[in-house]
Amino acid sequence: METLLNDFSPGLFVVSTILLLALIALMIKFAWKPILNSLEERESGINNALEAADNARKEMQNLQSDNEQLVKEAREERDAMLKEAREIKEKMISEAKEEAKGVATTLIENAQASIEQEKQAALAEIKKSVADLSIGIAESVIKRELASKEDQLQLVEGILKEVTLN
Amino acid sequence: MKIAQKSIQFLTIVVIALFSISAYAVAADKNQDSQPNGGQVNTKKEVEEYILHHIKDSHDFSLFSYTNDAGERKHLGFPLPVILWSSEGLVTFMSSEFHHNDDGHVIVEKEGLKFAKIHSKIYELESDAATVVFDDTHHATNAHKVLDFSITKSAFGLLLIGLLMLLWFSKLARQYKTRKVPTGFGRILEPLVLYVRDEIARPNIGEQHYRRFTGYLLTVFFFIWILNLAGLTPLGFNVTGQLAVTACLAIFTLVIYTVSGTKGYWMHMIWMPGVPVLIRPVLAIIELAGALVIKPFSLLVRLFANISAGHIVVMSLIAIMFTLKESLGVVGATGLSLLLSFFITLIEVLVAFLQAYIFTMLSALFIGMAVDDHEHH
Repeated sequence: METLLNDFSPGLFVVSTILLLALIALMIKFAWKPILNSLEERESGINNALEAADNARKEMQNLQSDNEQLVKEAREERDAMLKEAREIKEKMISEAKEEAKGVATTLIENAQASIEQEKQAALAEIKKSVADLSIGIAESVIKRELASKEDQLQLVEGILKEVTLN
Repeated sequence: MKIAQKSIQFLTIVVIALFSISAYAVAADKNQDSQPNGGQVNTKKEVEEYILHHIKDSHDFSLFSYTNDAGERKHLGFPLPVILWSSEGLVTFMSSEFHHNDDGHVIVEKEGLKFAKIHSKIYELESDAATVVFDDTHHATNAHKVLDFSITKSAFGLLLIGLLMLLWFSKLARQYKTRKVPTGFGRILEPLVLYVRDEIARPNIGEQHYRRFTGYLLTVFFFIWILNLAGLTPLGFNVTGQLAVTACLAIFTLVIYTVSGTKGYWMHMIWMPGVPVLIRPVLAIIELAGALVIKPFSLLVRLFANISAGHIVVMSLIAIMFTLKESLGVVGATGLSLLLSFFITLIEVLVAFLQAYIFTMLSALFIGMAVDDHEHH
């Protein structure tokens, strides 16, 4: 202990205290502060970059799922459109059919009506002809006037024959 | 371009250093008579003295000494300034005036005062004394120690390593202005800085407060580590093995955790809650002694003892070369010495890091205990 105390130099203690205090102050000002600040800056930069990369990856994933969603929706829309088109087509066909049927019916009805009309006209004409004929017969009968009873009969029969033939 | 500039600067420093060394070597030549045995180390006692001398601080920077063909003892190194606070005020001179004498035989006269260097300490002689008189226990009777603010070898080493650290780390700091990742030597320094921050400061002090203390911890860590390593080089620094330096570091830590201690920390120390009232004063004494004396003392002694012991062991193993020369022969003793000192030096490299780590780690732990909120109790 005595040699230890003897070895202790108060002068060196003072000198080293001054030098070390200066060294610590200078090192902190010119070395450690800038170094530690730069290191921290770099570390936070690396962390930020990693986070940004992570976020970008997540965004990419989101985009991908969005794309899938879009594709799915588009497909559904297409399907719906196709279905609608098919329905429209069927509807149009059936409508056309209905319309055609209606047109046909009216045509037939018209035809029937005109046929009836023609028939009536024909019947009227026949009646007129019969009347004319009857008049004619009567005329001839009157012309021939009782030439013979037989002739009269013959004539009537003849006229009748003509009529029935008509 | 910058690198070229740096190397030119470095070369200039080396050239200046070499010049001063050679000048000093020449100057030392003329005063050979001042050292009776020429400072050679051969016997066990001399080895012991040499080692004890080495782990002490020194007033000049000597790399090695040798005896030339003419039998002259030469010392390679350079002198350092001696700054004394004597009874007459400030006295300064270069350490070369002692001519490597360390037993009080060379008396330096400055401003009417006489100074002698005995075992790396500078003594001021009483005004009427011409030479130092020793008593039986080899204590000077007519001289007293002066306050010695000299730039000793340790202070010089401290300055040198401090400048080196400033150079290295401010360069690293400047690199971040232009790029995100440093290049060159900065690539080695950056992980070390991160290591101290993430493995020592952050876990021990806590996420909330660690920023305030990281600067101090980083400085202390690199300071101790680099000086420990410098101590293993042939430059022979023993800065972290100086009690004054380790005490200084320990007191810094003490001041920091005492000043930044929270209310909870002091409450737990002085008036421990949850303990019978009668025991509280006893606990307070123990806690106060622990915080104010034992903690810094353990810090300063651990570092001092480990580094000094390392130096002593390495030097003792090197000394096997001389001490076992007779029993093992020159080759055997040298081989054994080389082998053992090689492996112990490897261990010392590890210890150099370990002690820096432990000092910083414990400082962080003590600071962490002081700034902790204590709310979880």
